[in-house]
Amino acid sequence: MEIFLGLFKNVLEEGFIYGIMAMGVYITYKILDFPDLSVDGTFPLGACVTAGLISTGVNPWLACLAAFFCGAGAGCITGLLHVKLRITDLLSGIIVMTALWTVDLVVLGQGDLTGKSLLQFYNQPTIFTSGPMKLLPAGLYKYRVVLLAFLIALAVKLTVDWFLRTRTGLLLRSAGDNPQFVTQLARDQGKMKILGLAIGNGCTALAGSVLAQQSESASVSIGIGMVVQALAAVIIGTSMFGRIHILNPTTMVLLGTLLYKTCLIIAMLKLPSTFLKLTMAILFVAALLTDRVGRKLRRGGVRHG
Amino acid sequence: MANLIRLEHIDKRFHSGTVSETCIFKDFSFMIQTGDFLSVVGSNGSGKTTLLNLICGSLPVDSGRIFLQDRDITKMPEYQRAARIGRVFQDPARGTCPSLTILENMSLADHKGGHYGLSRGVNRKRLDYYKSQLELLCLGLEDKMDLPVGVLSGGQRQALALLISTLTPIDLLVLDEHTAALDPKSSENVMELTDRLVREKDVTTIMVTHNLRFAVDYGSRLVMMHAGQAVIDAAGEVKSRYTMDDLLKAFQQVSME
Ligand SMILES: Nc1ncnc2c1ncn2[C@@H]1O[C@H](COP(=O)(O)OP(=O)(O)OP(=O)(O)O)[C@@H](O)[C@H]1O
Ligand SMILES: [Mg+2]
Repeated sequence: MEIFLGLFKNVLEEGFIYGIMAMGVYITYKILDFPDLSVDGTFPLGACVTAGLISTGVNPWLACLAAFFCGAGAGCITGLLHVKLRITDLLSGIIVMTALWTVDLVVLGQGDLTGKSLLQFYNQPTIFTSGPMKLLPAGLYKYRVVLLAFLIALAVKLTVDWFLRTRTGLLLRSAGDNPQFVTQLARDQGKMKILGLAIGNGCTALAGSVLAQQSESASVSIGIGMVVQALAAVIIGTSMFGRIHILNPTTMVLLGTLLYKTCLIIAMLKLPSTFLKLTMAILFVAALLTDRVGRKLRRGGVRHG
Repeated sequence: MANLIRLEHIDKRFHSGTVSETCIFKDFSFMIQTGDFLSVVGSNGSGKTTLLNLICGSLPVDSGRIFLQDRDITKMPEYQRAARIGRVFQDPARGTCPSLTILENMSLADHKGGHYGLSRGVNRKRLDYYKSQLELLCLGLEDKMDLPVGVLSGGQRQALALLISTLTPIDLLVLDEHTAALDPKSSENVMELTDRLVREKDVTTIMVTHNLRFAVDYGSRLVMMHAGQAVIDAAGEVKSRYTMDDLLKAFQQVSME
């Protein structure tokens, strides 16, 4: 029972933290139809910027904000490479992901150009240990990560939901669906793509920031496999829960992340941790396949647009 | 009458400098007058779509200049020209956003040229106006405003695309075989609707069609394109005397050469 509860807490913690990223990837992958690999670079970027700032004494909430904007900036670069220089979507992402590796090393080295691949900031205030979290009753203290991660994920979800209903949000949805329509509305569809990539990678970097504060450390290598995880969560979420009409897409994506994390954590119970990335890759293939099978089963029943 | 669109000495080639180089326009000049309802016919590959693409800015010219109301728009990107030019394509899927509802599509179009920003996507205050506009289509779409456009039929979508492209004031309406993908009845309906909207909104229109009857029955000016040239250009009296037989004969004549 004890073990079970522990696992459940783990799933929720990770589910909500990575869910923030998955919602960002939902925007780029599902709305813009852009397979954005820069996520592998912007996730650690968020973590590294946060570690760098917090260890110099910056307010942890401010560090979250800074991480978001750094991620958004990197997303803009992916977008500019694709829109202005006409580099393919996949390559634009790979270029930014590769370049960010150096940025992360230098950020963790705190300006020292020889860089540093790991930065720990134990005992520095984080969003989980400072501010309102100190007011939690003692009994709830060990659930503080779950609680706060949930609240942040919820805030991101509500913000994304709201944004997608604004005029600019509707334009963003058109940019993925029918770019010509955006052009006919006298708007630059390239700019909408860049905006979507900025928001998606901002969310990703925010997730990285929250994860870094939970573990009170950041390393440059935590980004490996992020795209695969986030895409799996998005695909599982939208294909498993897509038929439940009262759920909106961001809710589906959050549920998808929780389901994905459950599978991953259960799979890793008996396996040595070296098998983590292999398991992630296999789960991704499984998600893609179930999505395809689900689509086949549904064909005929659902009208296609 | 004033010139709305003026093309001066346009050259346009595809695949320049390769063996498959094709010259579509050579020293081509063309004018559209304010108030024209211009029908363009011509065989496949005669350059009709290319002409529209050049006007709308979807393709750059190799040389020559394009003016909109005496303003040089040769270098202006397509999306900026779209503020003054509305366009409906042959493919009904291109003129609307399938995953958004009818209402959302109309609301987006209603703000064309204006500020998008972070205000609510759908302005409920304009609901009555959207309803009254949809009623013009006589398709009952005013009762389906919350349906995603993707579930509508091609004819319904095309009618909506037509309405959307003329929702805000524009200088020129560009129609590229916009009835070609529809069944005979829908195609007839959309053509009638086009005529009605063009009259009601008093908008200058260039319409490409393969339906010779539409070209003869509708519009105030008739152009036949062949090999990058306007081989027939008739307006007013002369145009109204054209019959389908005349057009067919002209078609055969140019394709014999
Ligand atoms: N983007 C392009 N790249 C290369 N060639 C093109 C391009 N667009 C048009 N062409 C060529 O230019 C010629 C004229 O094409 P265009 O589409 O203007 O003809 P059209 O008069 O619209 O014909 P249709 O009646 O079949 O629509 C064709 O030979 C076509 O292959
Ligand atoms: Mg054509």
